[in-house]
Amino acid sequence: MAHKTNDVGNWDTVITSGRGNLDFNLKELWQYRDLLMMFVKKDIITVYKQTILGPVWFVVQPLLTSLMFLVVFNSIANISTGAVPPILFYLIGTTLWNYFADTLNTTSKTFTDNASIFGKVYFPRIILPISKVVSGFIKFLIQFSLFAVLLLYYVFVSKSIMPNWYLLLTPLWLLVIILMSLAFGIIITSLTTKYRDLIFLVAFGVQLAMYATPVIIPLSEVHGRKKIFFLVNPLTSLFEAIKYGLLGKGEFDAGWLLYSVVFTIVFLVLGIFIFNKVEKRFIDTV
Amino acid sequence: MSKEVVIRAENISKLYHLGQVGTGTLSHDLKRWWARTRGKEDPYLKVGVENDRTKKSDSEYAWALKDINFDVHAGDTLGIIGRNGAGKSTLLKILSRVTAPTQGAIKIKGRIASLLEVGTGFHPELTGKENIYMNGAILGMTRKEIDRKFDEIVDFAGVELYINTPVKRYSSGMYVRLAFAVAAHLEPEILIVDEVLAVGDAEFQKKCLGKMGDVASHGRTIIFVSHNMQAVQSLCKSAIYLKAGQLQAAGQTEKVINNYLSKEIKNCLERKWEEAEAPGNDLIKLLSAELLPQFTDVSEQIMVTTPIEVAFSFRVYKAMHINLSFLLYTASGTCIFNVGTESKELKPGTYHSVLKIPANLLNDDIYTINLLFVKDTSVIIFGKEDLLTFEVFDIVREGNWYGKWLGAIRPDLDFSIT
Repeated sequence: MAHKTNDVGNWDTVITSGRGNLDFNLKELWQYRDLLMMFVKKDIITVYKQTILGPVWFVVQPLLTSLMFLVVFNSIANISTGAVPPILFYLIGTTLWNYFADTLNTTSKTFTDNASIFGKVYFPRIILPISKVVSGFIKFLIQFSLFAVLLLYYVFVSKSIMPNWYLLLTPLWLLVIILMSLAFGIIITSLTTKYRDLIFLVAFGVQLAMYATPVIIPLSEVHGRKKIFFLVNPLTSLFEAIKYGLLGKGEFDAGWLLYSVVFTIVFLVLGIFIFNKVEKRFIDTV
Repeated sequence: MSKEVVIRAENISKLYHLGQVGTGTLSHDLKRWWARTRGKEDPYLKVGVENDRTKKSDSEYAWALKDINFDVHAGDTLGIIGRNGAGKSTLLKILSRVTAPTQGAIKIKGRIASLLEVGTGFHPELTGKENIYMNGAILGMTRKEIDRKFDEIVDFAGVELYINTPVKRYSSGMYVRLAFAVAAHLEPEILIVDEVLAVGDAEFQKKCLGKMGDVASHGRTIIFVSHNMQAVQSLCKSAIYLKAGQLQAAGQTEKVINNYLSKEIKNCLERKWEEAEAPGNDLIKLLSAELLPQFTDVSEQIMVTTPIEVAFSFRVYKAMHINLSFLLYTASGTCIFNVGTESKELKPGTYHSVLKIPANLLNDDIYTINLLFVKDTSVIIFGKEDLLTFEVFDIVREGNWYGKWLGAIRPDLDFSIT
C-alpha cells in the first residue's frame, strides 16, 4: 500500500498508546453532553422504579438517620450539638455526609461496574463518574430542601436559629465537596482496576471517616489533641463553614478552608491524570 | 485509489499479559517504572512472543498484534479476516478506542462508530423510548439526531405499542430488534462492525447484513470483521488477513481470501502407513485412507455440491467376519451419520473399501472421519479417530442472505411451489 500525497495530516482522531499525557478534552466532553444527561436521568429514574413512594425515599433516608442519631447520640449517649437544635444539626450533617459518601462509593466503582459497556463502545470515560456526581447532587438538593423547610421553621417560627451572610458562600463549599468526592472516586477506581484490594479498604474507610467529620459531634465540642484529627480531614472545615452560614453556629476558619480547597485541587488534578492514564487500557486488566 | 485516506494504521502493536492479572503485576509495574525513570525501554516489551496459542511459551507476555499497517480510503468496505485468536478482535477494540495499542498509532478522519454488540447500555427498567435515547447517546448520537430519527427507529423495530413499557417486559426478539434498530440508524462516516452482530436468527442476520450493504452503498466507510468468507466476499471490496497477530495479506478481497484459505485450512485428505507402523493390532491394520473429491471444475475446492469418495485399504491377519463402520463428525463434534458395510468373511490379505458421499448432502462445515472395524457385527476390534479432516465450502449463493445455512445436512430435495 503506497502512501500517496493525499494524506494532508489533519486527522480528527489519533489513537496512540498515549502514555502519561494530561489532556482533559473539554471539547469532546461537550460533544457528549447528551450522554451525560442520559446517564443522570437513568440514575434518577431507575433507583425508585416500581416503588410506591418513589422519590419520597430520597428524604426518608436522611430523616430516619437523623432521628436515629437523635436517639442514640443525643438522648442516650448525651453528646451535645452545641446551641443548635439536634435534629437540624444531624440533618444537615447526614445530608452532606451522605452526598459525599455516596458519590465516592459510586464513582470509585466506575471501571469495575461499567466494564461491559466500556468494553464495547468508546465515549469519554470521565462522563460516567461526572454523571454520578450530578445525579447524586440532584438527590442532595431534594434532601437539602427538607432541611431548608425545617431551617425556615426554626428561623421564623421558633426564632432560635439565626443564619448569617456567610450562607451565600454555601454553593462554593458544596462545589469543593463535590470535586473532592469526584477526585477521590476517580483515583480509587483507577487504582482498583488492577489491584482490587483498595475496594475493601475504601468501604471500611468511608464508614470510619464519618466519625472524624463533624456529622455527629460539632467541632466546638471536640477538645484537646483530638481536634487535630478532625481538622486534617479536609471535609471538617467545609462542613463547619456551611453550618456557620446556615445555622449561625460553627467554626469558620479561613486557613483550614484554604487547606481544603488546595487539597481538593491537588487531588483532582492527580485524579484526572491517573484516570486518563488508566482509561485507555483498563479493559485489558479489569 | 486516489480517494482520501480516512483511517491509517501505523505499526499497531498490542502486548498482552498471559496468565492471571494481579499476581506478580505489582513487581512488574515497579520494574517498568524503574526502567522508565532511568530512561530505558520497558523491559517487558522485548520479551513478548508471537501469538501462537497452540504452543506453550515461557514468556509471560504475548503480542496479540505486531506492526500492523494499513490504510482505508473513504467509501471503502474493508474486511478483516483471520482465524479465532489471530488478533481481529484486538484490532477492532483498538479501532473502537476501547483499548489503546501498546505501540503505534491509528489516525482517523471523520466520525467513527463501532458496533461490537447491539443494545450496549440498555437498562431493563427503562422504557423502550428511554433506551433508544440511552443507547443512541452511548453510540455517539446527539439528542437532536435521535429526535429526528425516533419514529423511523420505532417503526423499524416494530415496537410502537410497547414504546413506553420497560424493556424488561419485552420478548427477547423485540429487545434485539429495538437494539438493532438504534444501531441501524447510526450515521457515522466510518462504521466498524463485528461479526457477532451477524449471528442470531436468519431473519436478524439478513436485516443486519442488508443494512450494512445499504450503508456501504451510501458511500460511507465500513470495517467488517468476520470469519465468514461468504459475507466478507460479498460485502467488502478489500480485505486484510491477520495471522497470529501479524498482517499476512492486504488488498483485493478475493486474493486475500484465497491466500487465507490456502494457508489456514489444514485439510488432511490422505494418510498412508507402512505395514510396520500402520495403526491397528494383530487382527487387522489400516494401511491407508484417502479422500477423493470428484471435482467437476478446476476450482479444486470441496463445495456443498461436490461428490466425495473416501477410500480405505487394510490388511487382515486372521480369517473372520468383518464389517467397516464409517462415522462422520463435524469439527464441533456432532455426529452427522454412521454407515456400515455388510459383514463379510475375509481371509488374510489386503482389501479395499470405498464410501461414496453424494453431492448436496453435507452442509458447509469442517468434518472429521472416524473408522471402526467390527467383528461379527458386534465387537469393535479396532477404531481410528480423526482419520481424515476436510472442509466443505458453501457455494456462491443467489439472493441476499450470507449467513450459515442451518442444519446438520443440506440435501437438495424436491421442493416446489405449484
